[in-house]
Amino acid sequence: MITKEEVQHIAGLARIGVDEKDLDKFATDLSAVLDWISELKEVDVAGVEPTAHITGMENRMREDVQNDFENKAEIINLFPDRKDNFGKVKSVL
Amino acid sequence: MIRELHEKLINHEITAVQLTEEYFARIEKQDKDIFAYLTLTKDLAMEQARKVDAKIARGEEIGMLEGIPGAIKDNLCVAGVRATACSKILDNYIAPYDATVVERLKEAGAVFLGKVNMDEFAMGSSTEKSAYGPTKNPVDLERVPGGSSGGSAAAVASGEAVWALGTDTGGSIRQPASFCGVVGFKPTYGRVSRYGAIAMASSLDQIGPITKTVEDAAIVLSVIAGEDKMDATSAQSPAKDYTRYLTGEVAGLKIGVVKGYVEKLNPDVKASFEKVVAQYKEMGAEIKEIELPNVKYSLPVYYIIMPCEVSSNLARFDGVKYGMRAEDHKDSILDFVPENRNLIETYLDSRRYGIGAEPKRRIMLGTYALSSGYYDAYYLRAQKVRTLIKQDFEKAYEAVDLILTPTTPSPAFKFDEKTNDPIQMYLEDIFTITANIVGVPAISVPGPAIEVDDKQLPQGFQLMGKWFDEENLLRAAHAYEVHPVK
Repeated sequence: MITKEEVQHIAGLARIGVDEKDLDKFATDLSAVLDWISELKEVDVAGVEPTAHITGMENRMREDVQNDFENKAEIINLFPDRKDNFGKVKSVL
Repeated sequence: MIRELHEKLINHEITAVQLTEEYFARIEKQDKDIFAYLTLTKDLAMEQARKVDAKIARGEEIGMLEGIPGAIKDNLCVAGVRATACSKILDNYIAPYDATVVERLKEAGAVFLGKVNMDEFAMGSSTEKSAYGPTKNPVDLERVPGGSSGGSAAAVASGEAVWALGTDTGGSIRQPASFCGVVGFKPTYGRVSRYGAIAMASSLDQIGPITKTVEDAAIVLSVIAGEDKMDATSAQSPAKDYTRYLTGEVAGLKIGVVKGYVEKLNPDVKASFEKVVAQYKEMGAEIKEIELPNVKYSLPVYYIIMPCEVSSNLARFDGVKYGMRAEDHKDSILDFVPENRNLIETYLDSRRYGIGAEPKRRIMLGTYALSSGYYDAYYLRAQKVRTLIKQDFEKAYEAVDLILTPTTPSPAFKFDEKTNDPIQMYLEDIFTITANIVGVPAISVPGPAIEVDDKQLPQGFQLMGKWFDEENLLRAAHAYEVHPVK
């Protein structure tokens, strides 16, 4: 069972704003799913290698060449807030 | 279907502009009831169609997809067109570039009618989780079209698009195809570049076509497949003309039926499925029973790996660089004290108000499973069980060329039937999810329909092939299509 404190901690890590009533809902939902997936605990995985890439592809190397993106203006237009060509955010420090 | 339209175009029976207008007229007429489309791209479509007509007028040869109108799922980027992935947090996002699949379709001369509806960030099996409202199943408007590519399947099934692109992380192409009575095809992991797709779970996601026929799926795949330098996970295997493998026969192919699958099916789905098995036998395929002992862990493996990858992929939606920025001017509750709350409140509020309940649930689940102290118990263990499931498939494929299952445990369900219980909705993917876990190509083809409340509801069956063996998969699917159960 996930506690409300744990939900609050996870929400903070996930950077999702929550209030008191969200905590209850998430605690119930997450507990249900975790309970449901807990059957994996019964599988014997001793000596089994984990699969990260399913078709076994290895790291792909390429030349480190810089490419210019054509539509810079469009990316700048997408900034939620801006000053000239700079994206504007609230103070960081 | 694409081939017939292509013949009409080159024989001057119809122009690409007329064909495109015909589709827009149909959308105009019926899409207010179905709601497959989120955004129409009329100017782009007409410009693309005119180009094709000019080529035909000059006597130039045109490709199979040239001038053929289709739809693009809203989590794929088309330059200059809104791409929301059906989330409020991307409500105002205009894609600044083309996804590789989109670029390839443009080069092939395909016509884009618009962007189609989906569950938010492709998380759902009914398209009820779109921030813009649900799409309805054209076969029965009281039922869901499936999901997450519900808009794609509904558009093709209702004649509002000849072809559509979808994405499939756990069944999101195949399940809606089954529900709407069309073909849905998830290629091998890595067969199609994902550059320009709004990522959900990167070790599982794949782009593929939804079409009326298997041949149409092969035509679209031939255009979109192949290595792409913009996607390091795309396979170094060149695209082929997959239509060359559609011989209409399956003699000599060995098809596996999974032990223990059929017994548990609902009786209608079982009857439909058994007819398909008998038909393949009749056509000359050798049917063999196979065992996949670890496949029963597919759903729990999926519901660990997928949320973990979701939590990481969706971290980019934070109200800083693009998308919605929200400020509620209240301090969120936090169990840590940042030195300065200003910027963190932007993240917390934007994600709180911009992201819907289901993606939030998955982000939280993934964040939990990846958080300090839990990694080994969840993600790492799931990746190990994934190896065991893969080994089951490797062993099975020593004995058979293809594996045959139903696509879904039931035909299309009604609206709100499964929205209150997330786990009920997750169980929708029980047959489709394994192909994503092991990365093999899989296709859903309409099988014998099922009668529910005096209505004939579509029911698909699924074929899974060997890694990168789209040829035999499409061949077997096509053979059924030309010799269906009477």
